[in-house]
Amino acid sequence: MTIGWRNAIVEMQADEDTLENVVYEAELEIKNAEGLHMRPAMKFVEIANRFDSEINVSNGDTDVDGKSIMNISMLAATCGTKLKIRAKGPDAQEAINALRELVEEKHFDEPTPK
Amino acid sequence: MKLRDFVCFEATITELQASDRDGAIAELVSAVDKTGRLGKGKCEEITREVIKREKEASTGLGRGVAVPHVKHKAVKDVIAVIGQNGAGIDFLALDKQPVYSVILIISPADEPDKHLQAMESVFKHLQQDRFRKFLRQCRTPEQIEDLLNEADENPSW
Repeated sequence: MTIGWRNAIVEMQADEDTLENVVYEAELEIKNAEGLHMRPAMKFVEIANRFDSEINVSNGDTDVDGKSIMNISMLAATCGTKLKIRAKGPDAQEAINALRELVEEKHFDEPTPK
Repeated sequence: MKLRDFVCFEATITELQASDRDGAIAELVSAVDKTGRLGKGKCEEITREVIKREKEASTGLGRGVAVPHVKHKAVKDVIAVIGQNGAGIDFLALDKQPVYSVILIISPADEPDKHLQAMESVFKHLQQDRFRKFLRQCRTPEQIEDLLNEADENPSW
């Protein structure tokens, strides 16, 4: 019985950990003509930094910290590039939603290709 | 893209005279102009545009480096130039610290992908502590060229 009780405690802790480390992923396409150059990269990093979750961005070859402007500038994400965004933490879903809005809906407030 | 594909080593300045942002930008654009790669009479215009871009948002991203840049029809290929100031430049950097190494980039107006590739190449190295430290230690244009060639050959740096 004692062992069973301890197991239950361990499972509960595991559940709590899972709640705090929710992982959300999304594939976002760069839609502005000039691609993810420094100004859009700064907007991306600014939004990413509003969240507590860890945010990683990958272009398939390179996986970088979504909160670092130098890292994001390394992605060379041209118009049409699909980036995989991964957020892990208590506000992971909100972070992904905000980044999706910036990249795909607002396309960084920049023009799309003619 | 490798650094040596677009860095103009002839124009390297290892001791910038200016200790302010606009002065450093003017010196670097002028150094590229002297190599004859900007087309006649474009030096001042490009300098003004780089400064204008810088006023919108600082490219002094922290850790002692700045990457001022502009897209301009005067160039057909990306051209970068490196300038250093051992005493530090007030570049209005995001971390409010002085800038010791400046990499100024002039990209063609209508080739955004080339610009992004050059930026990738620059930041891949600049984000490495060791690369920034070595760059700051360079005292001659030859040392900078050697360092960049070495970095090109060692992508894992």
